[in-house]
Amino acid sequence: MDINLDISLMIYIAAGGLILAGSAGIVLSTHLLRIIFAIALLEAGANLLLLLASYRDGTAVPIIVDDHIPAVMADPVPQALVLTSIVIGVGVLALALGLVIRVQRTYGTLDIRELRERMAEDIADDAGIGRPVSSHAPLPVQAPGVVGADANE
Amino acid sequence: MRRFTSALFLIGLGLLIVAIYQQLGLQASSNIGQAINTVAADQLGAANFVTAVVLGYRGLDTLVELTILFTAATAGALVLGTRKPSTKRDPDAGFILQTGADLLFPLLLIVGLYIIMHGHLTPGGGFQGGVILASAFFLPILARPGSSIDHHWVSFIEGLAGASFIYIGLLVMFDGKAFLSPVAGNGVFGELFSAGTLPLLYAAVGLKVGAELAGLLANLSDTEAVD
Repeated sequence: MDINLDISLMIYIAAGGLILAGSAGIVLSTHLLRIIFAIALLEAGANLLLLLASYRDGTAVPIIVDDHIPAVMADPVPQALVLTSIVIGVGVLALALGLVIRVQRTYGTLDIRELRERMAEDIADDAGIGRPVSSHAPLPVQAPGVVGADANE
Repeated sequence: MRRFTSALFLIGLGLLIVAIYQQLGLQASSNIGQAINTVAADQLGAANFVTAVVLGYRGLDTLVELTILFTAATAGALVLGTRKPSTKRDPDAGFILQTGADLLFPLLLIVGLYIIMHGHLTPGGGFQGGVILASAFFLPILARPGSSIDHHWVSFIEGLAGASFIYIGLLVMFDGKAFLSPVAGNGVFGELFSAGTLPLLYAAVGLKVGAELAGLLANLSDTEAVD
């Protein structure tokens, strides 16, 4: 294999990999905290991709130091955009973590399957309608002890 | 089954990204960036062209960005609520973290202010320096969870910085220019006091980001632990 592999191609693959890994995390994980970390990964991949759009071999940083003007400078616009994107990402991440703390405090769990059921129950209770159950669900079986307790009352 | 469909979705997404990349040809050079690189030094007097773009050519976008950050921080504080005074706080950290926080606090403060002040000359600027400032104020909280940032001061600095950003933009309008349009530098190119209003705007951005993030982190650390 050629050692001088095109460095920008490698970083492109890394950026695509980050985006895919983040998407996989969002789709596959059932833990809220992991989903948020996956969003952060996805964001990093997107930022990297955006930054790479301005990368060329041999271009200089778009900053003039000591009146030395480089011949070819990198495009500053994507860099400014990524700066914006990173800052907004931090804000979104912090807000998401705050919401997760609230969820953990209210329901005591961060598993989205469990949360979905609990929230559906809460909504049904607040609306005053029955719990959402499948018409094919088996009838609830009462434990013998509970039946006895009911008969005594 | 769910995993299978998810895997299918991911493969499709990957193919989509590759297809978009092939179509866009992201490597094609953008004329805007090259044009900015040639004229920015004369127009704005900033040696760092990223700063020229962030504050000079896209100043309004930066204001909106600050608004988004402010909204996120406010919503975070709203969601997290305030702590009950009766709840127990975490004990102080160990000797190493406490000493490290005390030692690092002035250094982080100086580095953060330096990066903010030199935003128009060197890599860095208000956002990067602001985050360093925020970490300087957050480290003591990590070391001593009992202590807390004075929220009134944080909000005051934040509001002052945000207002001054807008006021600088409004003052330009007296000259008959558009809102937030940059004033050309009247200093020597490459000096600390040059590039017109850009350093002032970046100082406002830095203080605002620093105060905002410090307040947000303090809010996050100030929430009660779940039993």
